[in-house]
Amino acid sequence: MKIHEYQAKELFRRYGIPVPAGEVAFGVEEAVQAAERIGRFPVVVKAQIHAGGRGKGGGVKLARNLGEVRTAAQAVLGMTLVTPQTGPEGRRVGKVLVEEGLDIRQELYLGIVPDRASAQIVLMASEAGGMEIEEVAAADPEKILRVSVNPLLGLQGHHARRLAYGLNLPPAAVKEFASLVQNLYRLFVETDGSLLEINPLVLTAADRLLALDAKVAFDDNALFRHPDLARLRDPGEEHPLEVEASKHRLNYIALSGNIGNMVNGAGLAMATMDLIQQAGARPANFLDVGGGASAEMVENGFRIILSDPNVKGILINIFGGILRCDTLARGVVEAARKTGIQVPVVVRMEGTNVEEGRRILAESGLNLITAVDLRDAARKVAELVR
Amino acid sequence: MSIFVNRDTRVVVQGITGKEGQFHTRQCVAYGTRVVAGVTPGKGGQEVEGIPVFHTVEEAVRRTGADCSLIFVPPPFAAEAICEAADAGVRLIVAITEGIPVLDMMRVKNYLAGKPVRLIGPNCPGIITPGEAKIGIMPGAIHKPGGPVGVVSRSGTLTYEVVHQLTRVGLGQTTCIGIGGDPVNGTSFVDCLAAFENDPETRGVVLVGEIGGQAEETAAQFVQERMSKPVVGFIAGLTAPPGRRMGHAGAIISGGSGTARAKIEALRAAGIRVCEDLGGLGEFCREVFR
Repeated sequence: MKIHEYQAKELFRRYGIPVPAGEVAFGVEEAVQAAERIGRFPVVVKAQIHAGGRGKGGGVKLARNLGEVRTAAQAVLGMTLVTPQTGPEGRRVGKVLVEEGLDIRQELYLGIVPDRASAQIVLMASEAGGMEIEEVAAADPEKILRVSVNPLLGLQGHHARRLAYGLNLPPAAVKEFASLVQNLYRLFVETDGSLLEINPLVLTAADRLLALDAKVAFDDNALFRHPDLARLRDPGEEHPLEVEASKHRLNYIALSGNIGNMVNGAGLAMATMDLIQQAGARPANFLDVGGGASAEMVENGFRIILSDPNVKGILINIFGGILRCDTLARGVVEAARKTGIQVPVVVRMEGTNVEEGRRILAESGLNLITAVDLRDAARKVAELVR
Repeated sequence: MSIFVNRDTRVVVQGITGKEGQFHTRQCVAYGTRVVAGVTPGKGGQEVEGIPVFHTVEEAVRRTGADCSLIFVPPPFAAEAICEAADAGVRLIVAITEGIPVLDMMRVKNYLAGKPVRLIGPNCPGIITPGEAKIGIMPGAIHKPGGPVGVVSRSGTLTYEVVHQLTRVGLGQTTCIGIGGDPVNGTSFVDCLAAFENDPETRGVVLVGEIGGQAEETAAQFVQERMSKPVVGFIAGLTAPPGRRMGHAGAIISGGSGTARAKIEALRAAGIRVCEDLGGLGEFCREVFR
């Protein structure tokens, strides 16, 4: 789960990680008042959306007085911000962070990620701050310092020292950096972070270190033990159908294609999307109804797929193990009756009680196209879009 | 022959009194698996399907000689359950639980390092040696005993699809293992490939991968350097968008890394026969393993 920069910076303050003075504002007047409270210029007005590259898209503006703050907030609030990470449709800006401007001497990078292969927590730092770290990694991999921390032992002093000296920090900033790294690691572990990035971490003319930007994401699987963090979720940043699906415990991701699909199991769901593409159509979504899907979940899945106006047909692909084919067939028939499906539906079922499932579909009197295997399903999907 | 489990494997089920635990214990027993004990703290002394339930894994192992634990414990307590099983001295732990926090699994993995125990999963369907033992949640009936094919996969139902097709073209399986869809897991592709290479009855292996991480690339390198047996590969997620978790916690393309196309290329470069048409995978394998 991603959070906004302003939320991440509030967390930083709680953990003793220095950030510039600033406040979030949801309207123009609020933004002006925030700048008044900061009390010195320049200030920066930053669009708050869950995507990077905001500056390039015109979502970050410098203001030297209250008048400019007003102009900047008017321009940014309500704009549709397009960045390399938002896609061409962009994201509507509903809030801005108003923050003091800093006298920057150097921009650094500092990040923490869990490394899946080694099962270690990896800290990364670089003198090439302010750039996309993936670009630095591709162009100048030696410019990125990496230290691995055993999660059973935790961060040790030498880890922080290796980064501090590796970054060639001025002696006056080394101690502050080490304590910042300690605090950041503690934040990462205590909040079950999945990504933590400060890019840039700035060194000011007065040798102070501050997090100028903050990117924080949490492990969704750990949110059960962090109800306070779960409340930071901003549904406005998510696709409305994905928000709706999550209410029904459905794993749905909206895509831009024309064939909706409903599958049990994530791997088979991905493979089914690929199969739709190979058949000459394009998947409209990813939808995993899980191993223990009920008739009600199938019905909700149908409703969500059909809410997407691009959907010209649906492929249901179920390998019945725990979820029996007769249960699924009853769910499909029920859902088809209730939602009044107007698009063709191809159903491919295999596994437990498949004969009974096929009989239920055949006797339903509904226009359901039965496929005997995956090849047959692909052929029938191809016919839908021809 | 088989790898990791056979008809002599003695299973203790952790979380046996829960809904999932009870249901799948029944299915495993019906398949012929020797389930000798169950564990649910606070419910020691009860029975499930005639199987004695203990408060702790230590007691279950001491009293029944269980050497493998099958875990259905809910995510908040699952990491501890894995460590408890390891401390009790079982040699194999199969963790079905989906949704264990990544940091928990990182601690577990470091805790297990160097101990004489193998973890399969978590977030996996388990392991089956057809005709001998089913330790997991896969439908037993789709499997065909006697080999010659070994199957290893990061997925659940996609593995069932693959196994079903193998059975339909007459290819039996020695052992089928789901290593799980989480970013941090126990047994890796390489561990399974190495075991299949050493198993005289396995003549070839089907490897089912998906987007995210570098496990397939590492497996490809192993196949190229160490394996003599033919390997067929399938990778799911060619159409998955970057930056999104596709159901499995580990199935995510991040920073341009972990794409299906890159994995397919790595497998092919290592001499693995990659099938891109899932509907034709069974026939493809029949050609390769003939």
